[in-house]
Amino acid sequence: MGFEKFLFFLFAIITLFSAGMVVTRRNPVHAALYLVLTFVATAALWLLIEAEFLGIVLVLVYVGAVMVLFLFVVMMLDIDVAAMRAQFIRYLPLGLLIVGLMMFNMILVLGPGHFGLEHFAKPAAAALDYSNTEVLGRELYTTYLYQFEIAAVILLVAIVAAIRLTLRRRPETKYLDPSAQVRVRKGPDRLRIVKMPTEPVPAPVSQAAAGGKNGDDQ
Amino acid sequence: MIALSDYLLLAGLMFAIAVAGIFINRKNVIILLMCIELMLLAVNINFVAFSHFLGDTAGQVFVFFILTVAAAEAAIGLAILVILFRGRQTINVDELDLLKG
Repeated sequence: MGFEKFLFFLFAIITLFSAGMVVTRRNPVHAALYLVLTFVATAALWLLIEAEFLGIVLVLVYVGAVMVLFLFVVMMLDIDVAAMRAQFIRYLPLGLLIVGLMMFNMILVLGPGHFGLEHFAKPAAAALDYSNTEVLGRELYTTYLYQFEIAAVILLVAIVAAIRLTLRRRPETKYLDPSAQVRVRKGPDRLRIVKMPTEPVPAPVSQAAAGGKNGDDQ
Repeated sequence: MIALSDYLLLAGLMFAIAVAGIFINRKNVIILLMCIELMLLAVNINFVAFSHFLGDTAGQVFVFFILTVAAAEAAIGLAILVILFRGRQTINVDELDLLKG
């Protein structure tokens, strides 16, 4: 068993353990953090089979953005965790049964008998100057340009939808209307000239009286 | 040497764990969303493994698009979750019965 295989099993065990923790933890924050561990271990697994760009993107995009979003939402909502878990045990046997059946089927199909090394030989390691990012970039910007643009539009739609869904106008909030601000004119809106009779000049108050008055106030 | 079947079995196990998670956490929408992310990750592992062993970069490009769609889905799902909680003060699936039918 080579070192590569050892690394594969190490990261595979971490991945499966943390995936199991995600679905069984009581606290959603713990589940989100274990999901982060799952993503990191999977990124390492992808690096092992020379998908360097995707491994880094998985860490940057998922761990850096999506999981932080999850953590924000989990901490923002005040969830009664105990009530959520009331029927945990009740559905456990059914879940285990489904998983057992799925695993039985998948091991029959996906085992080494059909997809082992003798059927799909390990490709030779890429040359030293091979850049996975460059190859993927060429593919994305030439062959898959149209799909790439659609992906960009999907992201834009997601931004607009998420903002519109969570935007709310609070009636008690006071905010400025910038269009009304720039539309204001000096004459009738800002400055009003009032005609009034001149006031007589008040008699000068002596310094001593003013000082005494201030002292009384204090 | 790592075989293709190793990666396929790992992805299959991960998908099965996610399905089990959906069954046993069927009341908590947040955990359900996390299970969906786990499923997408298992699918992505399959794509990357096949891309490597068949020597075709199309699989990795597809993973790129799946990541895009998954990020959009997570953002919109969490936004819906937030307005749901604002209106109902709960995200328990059993109590979300606005759409009676």
